[in-house]
Amino acid sequence: MSELIRVEDVHKTYRMGDVEVPALRGINLTIEHGEFVAVMGSSGSGKSTLMNILGCLDRPNTGKYFLEGHEVGSLKPDQWAYIRNKRIGFVFQGFNLLSRTTALENVELPMMYNGFAGQERHQRAIEVLSLVGLDKRLDHTPNQLSGGQQQRVAIARALVNRPSLILADEPTGNLDSATSNEIMALFQQLNTGQGITIILVTHEADIAAYARRQIIFRDGLVISDRVSEQVIAKMEH
Amino acid sequence: MQAFMTLRIALRALARNKLRAFLTMLGIIIGVGAVIAMVAIGEGAKSTIRAQIAALGTNVLIVLPGSNVQGGVRAGFGNVNTLLDSDAKAMARELPSVAFVSPVLRRQDQVVAGNLNWGTWAQGVAPEFQQIRDWQVAEGRFLHEGDMDSAAKVAVIGQTVARQLFGNDDALDAVIRIRNIPFRVVGILGAKGQTGQGTDQDDTIMIPYTTMQKRLMRITWVQSIVVKAVSAERVEEAEEQITLLLRQRHRIGPEREDDFNVRNLSDIAEAATTTARVMAVLLGSVASISLLVGGIGIMNIMLVSVTERTREIGIRMAVGARSRDIMLQFLVEAVVMAATGGLIGILLGVGSSEVIKQWAQWPTLIDPAIIAIAFLFSGAVGVFFGFYPAKKAANLDPIDALRYE
Repeated sequence: MSELIRVEDVHKTYRMGDVEVPALRGINLTIEHGEFVAVMGSSGSGKSTLMNILGCLDRPNTGKYFLEGHEVGSLKPDQWAYIRNKRIGFVFQGFNLLSRTTALENVELPMMYNGFAGQERHQRAIEVLSLVGLDKRLDHTPNQLSGGQQQRVAIARALVNRPSLILADEPTGNLDSATSNEIMALFQQLNTGQGITIILVTHEADIAAYARRQIIFRDGLVISDRVSEQVIAKMEH
Repeated sequence: MQAFMTLRIALRALARNKLRAFLTMLGIIIGVGAVIAMVAIGEGAKSTIRAQIAALGTNVLIVLPGSNVQGGVRAGFGNVNTLLDSDAKAMARELPSVAFVSPVLRRQDQVVAGNLNWGTWAQGVAPEFQQIRDWQVAEGRFLHEGDMDSAAKVAVIGQTVARQLFGNDDALDAVIRIRNIPFRVVGILGAKGQTGQGTDQDDTIMIPYTTMQKRLMRITWVQSIVVKAVSAERVEEAEEQITLLLRQRHRIGPEREDDFNVRNLSDIAEAATTTARVMAVLLGSVASISLLVGGIGIMNIMLVSVTERTREIGIRMAVGARSRDIMLQFLVEAVVMAATGGLIGILLGVGSSEVIKQWAQWPTLIDPAIIAIAFLFSGAVGVFFGFYPAKKAANLDPIDALRYE
């Protein structure tokens, strides 16, 4: 396994009016290719800030962020957009699909920003929708899909440009437990089957239990980083 | 991102809010429509005036007898009989700025030919009248100098008179009677059509002015003298020279008023053209203001749209849209609205100017350049008023945008 992410002494402070709120106070972290990491912590612990930095959406005040060996923390916004498009897939708690837009078009969206031809884009979008088990729902819009199905569309969208990293921010937060388990099983399958690195933010221990490695944040610092031997088995069938 | 796809996204976004898009476009539609219709009306008026000027003959001055002052009572122009044909001859002889001169006497008469009769304007004129008014002769000849000297009973008739009196028969060499005096038709004038005011210029008959004086009116003076200057540049010079000459000939002392009046037709024409132009500019600028208001409407709706779609913008940014992709998307949306509004407005403007032409009998003229300008301008309105909202969308922070409720 080779190194995918290296974070070196990252600090981030938000300014709220006159008050400075420290969000990250010196984070050091290395994540290898193919890992499945759960990031846990109470709200305000800094886990969302780290996710934003890892997702090239936000800039650390100090410290360095290497993605696949390249320092990306200080790149320009357009370069970030390119990295987000090519290297990173996002899965959000609220699904964040375009409304009144079919599943197929939602999945095609990332490919619209990197010059895929129409036919190729179509093929690839159908391919990943099949992978998440939605090949019968191509023409459904989000409001015609259940929460679990919507999240599958979002996962398909995250996968479509073959990223090396998926960042999932509370992906099961809006789902019931049965559907949550299905989604987590899908993540596991993508991790073991496709070798995709997954970083998952959650505050539920039973969801975090799907991940091999669990990192716990508190007050802008990593207070626990452990690799568990017992991982919830991938659902058979 | 390819241009075609950007356009498709913009069209789809607009299609989602059809009524809103239409109402937003309405400002541009009305603005462009108004500009086109107003300019068409203005241009139509201008070309009508230009046609009237051409009908009057170019570089033409008219000399009328002045007003009569008797015991402080000043009558209007033409009430004294101060102008003589010798004045006309003197002008032609002595003034270098004058090219042609003709006395004119007019009266309405009943003209009889065989068992038909027709009421028309008879004009007593000199041969030079042909050059002054740019008349063509269709058949026969115009009046010549010999007719003047002998006060010949010859006439040149207009197309309308020829048709009314002779139908399809040959009018040339026929005899017509005016107040029982027989005149031989020596020529038929070419058609000139109507003036701007709708007067039929072909409804006339011309006879030697001497014949008019001696045989029909029994007077020695002339009603007016028309003068054609050598060139447009020398019209004013001619005006001054005529004034000087006539004052001298009529023995008018330095402190006395002229007993004649020189009217410059090109002044009148120029004033009319200027009025028409001012009107066109005025109407055009009022219409442009509505175009501006339409643009503000687009900006307003685009700002609402950017706010409404903040989350969409966040999603697009998260999956790899660059700032300029977002910017272009919203800009194209604004331009599509403005340009579509512009196209509909052009149709509306052309349509309404046709309606005005048909129903209000107002001559309208549509310049293709105006259509092109209106379309480009509406596109420019889209770019101008779409720019700020698009910039605002492009500058959104993806984290905030994704979190936006």
